[in-house]
Amino acid sequence: MPQINTKNYGAKRIVVGAHYGLADWLAQRISGGLMGLLTLLVVAQLLLPGEMGYDKWSAIFSAQWMKVLTFVVILGLAYHAWVGMRDIWMDYVKHVGARLLAMIFTMVWLLGCAGWAIQVLWRL
Amino acid sequence: MADTLKPRPVYRNIHISQIVSYRLPPAGIVSILHRVSGALLFLLLPFIIWLFDVSVTSEVSYGRFTSAFTAGLGFLPGWFVKLVALALIWAYLHHFIAGMRHLWMDMTHSVGKEFGHQSALITLILGVLLTLVLGYRLFF
Repeated sequence: MPQINTKNYGAKRIVVGAHYGLADWLAQRISGGLMGLLTLLVVAQLLLPGEMGYDKWSAIFSAQWMKVLTFVVILGLAYHAWVGMRDIWMDYVKHVGARLLAMIFTMVWLLGCAGWAIQVLWRL
Repeated sequence: MADTLKPRPVYRNIHISQIVSYRLPPAGIVSILHRVSGALLFLLLPFIIWLFDVSVTSEVSYGRFTSAFTAGLGFLPGWFVKLVALALIWAYLHHFIAGMRHLWMDMTHSVGKEFGHQSALITLILGVLLTLVLGYRLFF
């Protein structure tokens, strides 16, 4: 049992035990940051000189490092959207059965989308 | 701890049907639109992946990608596809900027009333302005 400080918040907060959503809160921010990074990288490459068309566009995602980063972002996006949609269902859908159905739908939807996106990415 | 015995506070969410009757401050509008834009992106995820699929897979499918915005998609006319794309552009931009605002507040602990108000206005205006710029390129 950790010692209870008088100041148990901010940087002094004892972070042990049940995390009460800390992991999801953090994952939400890290995955969001990664998506933002990928967005900026894609936009930056689009702004490089060269005629806009299929060759330029597909070349951006064909580079191995972009594939790896995009793959990570797809997984991050699925988790990010899961946390967000789960919060929406928990806030507005009070009926337990309906909430469970909504959450199952969300999981299936996101896993399906992630699988499809990865398939598209990996055959490039 | 002793305070576990106190009655726990109850926080109520404004229900979707009540949104219109509330006069929300800008930060509240940004917050609810963060949710709305996130849900919209979630629901249209298959369409986004379809766009990604046809745009990168081959030269031929890239043609299908561009013609979706001009000739249309199935029974949907081109202008409708453009409108959906415009909604997605706004949703992405708003969600992006509102997310950056969150990260900024988390890192700098700028949670004052004034900062919340100003940054919320910037988020709303910047999101709409960038949407107008990209929307202009999309339609004209």
